[in-house]
Amino acid sequence: MNTRAIQAIIRKDLQVVTRSKAVMLPIIILPLVFFVILPIFFVALIPSDGLPAAQPAELEEFLAQIPVGLEQEMAGYTDTQKIVVFMLVYMLAPMFLIAPLMVASVIAADSFAGERERKTLEALVYTPTTDLELFTAKMLAAWIPAMIVALLGFIIYAIMVNISAWPYMGRIFFPNAMWLVLVLWVAPATAALGLGTMVLVSSRVKSFQEAYQLGGVVVLPVIMLVVAQATGVMYFNITLVLLLGTVLWLIDALVLGLSVRTFQRGEIIARL
Amino acid sequence: MNMATHSHPVICTSGLTRRFGDKVAVNDLTLEIDRGEIFGFLGHNGAGKTTTIRLLNGVLSASAGTARVLGLSPWRDGPALRQRTGVLTETPALDERLTARQTLRTYADLYNVTVNQVNHRVAELLELFDLSERADERVGAYSRGMQQRLALARALLHDPEILFLDEPTSGLDPVAARQVNDLITTLSREGRVIFLCTHNLSEAQRLCDRVAVMRHGQLIALGTPAELARQVTFSAQLSLEVAPEQMAQARDILSHTVPMSAIAATETTLTATCADREDIPDLLATLVSRDVRVYQLYLHEPALEEVYFKLQDTEEVTA
Repeated sequence: MNTRAIQAIIRKDLQVVTRSKAVMLPIIILPLVFFVILPIFFVALIPSDGLPAAQPAELEEFLAQIPVGLEQEMAGYTDTQKIVVFMLVYMLAPMFLIAPLMVASVIAADSFAGERERKTLEALVYTPTTDLELFTAKMLAAWIPAMIVALLGFIIYAIMVNISAWPYMGRIFFPNAMWLVLVLWVAPATAALGLGTMVLVSSRVKSFQEAYQLGGVVVLPVIMLVVAQATGVMYFNITLVLLLGTVLWLIDALVLGLSVRTFQRGEIIARL
Repeated sequence: MNMATHSHPVICTSGLTRRFGDKVAVNDLTLEIDRGEIFGFLGHNGAGKTTTIRLLNGVLSASAGTARVLGLSPWRDGPALRQRTGVLTETPALDERLTARQTLRTYADLYNVTVNQVNHRVAELLELFDLSERADERVGAYSRGMQQRLALARALLHDPEILFLDEPTSGLDPVAARQVNDLITTLSREGRVIFLCTHNLSEAQRLCDRVAVMRHGQLIALGTPAELARQVTFSAQLSLEVAPEQMAQARDILSHTVPMSAIAATETTLTATCADREDIPDLLATLVSRDVRVYQLYLHEPALEEVYFKLQDTEEVTA
């Protein structure tokens, strides 16, 4: 592997991406909404003096729906704290995965379909790089920023959550072990899934916009996780998150394997 | 530049064929190109020129036939071969969001230019192509001509032994086009092979040692521009300068010795079209044997453009 060539392509792709408003806007806005605005919004819904002693029926019902396992994990919390923890630690956990998934997808759409649309791939395929080096460089050029956004987002989210919930919790309660597994095990797999899907989609479309829109369907499973969590069908605990990460890595292996086979310079140039 | 001296052709293809489904983009192409040659590759759009460049660089695989470039197989030794070739694509293929300097630095890394030589080589090429002053501006703000010059600089970064140029003067003003043509000549004198695809036939005639004419993926003619002229036309227009007092005698010989048409005369020069250029030595011998003093005999070769269209028309009729 020619690491110098790989680094050069990564550097070039990042320089190109950071100068595109179409790419940068979703990369900035989405994490801002998830990691800064949402935690503030959720905490703002809770009355500043805590929940009233006589709780509305809906709230009683909501608390009653909290799964037994999660109830045990939240043992010792007041009802107000349970609501805060449930919303900020568990409800938003699957939504966190949207950030690496989306960042990776947007950059990959620009890097693969966008570069073909701009006809700049042609110059790259005439260089002495191998197909695998080109593929690796382009994958890393999207995966690294996705992971940086995920890690930075996680740190910002942790700060925001602990600050905004301090009046109710009175201590640092975030992150827990489940979140660490989510960030370090599941998020990288989610980003890789977005990349692999986008490479496959990009090989069949002609423009960045088409790739972005078609590749966007990969976010649906994450939305389903959010819904499942919100409706009490399942909840994110450490076992489930470990299992989810493992399944995702297995799917990644399949998707990336297909992507490598799709990414042949002969195929790429024949479609230019 | 690492150029081993050997007598083998630098580019050699035999029966090279590439199909895309039912369409044959390049059909049974057999070529040999020697070191230092400027080789013109001519043909209408879709004639198979770009596909041939892609095949010879190992970017596309062949459906049939063989090719050796610099002694390497384009498909087995693709990366090693591309390290020694430079390609100027038909469109400049530049990232408009990068500056010229960033572009050249990136490709210097991709072409394995020695690390401590990168800055020097980039500055040298920016200077050579008159881009230094705007080297840190985004390429998107460049004119078409500047982009073309930058793309050419990129193709030369690693000092390639073979340069594939697809329409190198497209979009350039006459001054810049002339600079590029001068550069092509200089590079060829250094021993590089220049594989030149162009629609500019006068440029091809001026620059190329040999040309190949393609039509629908098929090679229809190959040779020097003069050889091609002879392939398509047997007649030759000649100008003959003789002593003024012998003009009438010379005209008489011209009209009776060999089949001639359209004889015209000025004070000292006769021009005529000879039906068969093979008659010219006999004509000259007759003139000399009858004591006509011939000061100059000039044979007008048809322009490559004329030859090219005649070839294409002939093949069209045949097809």
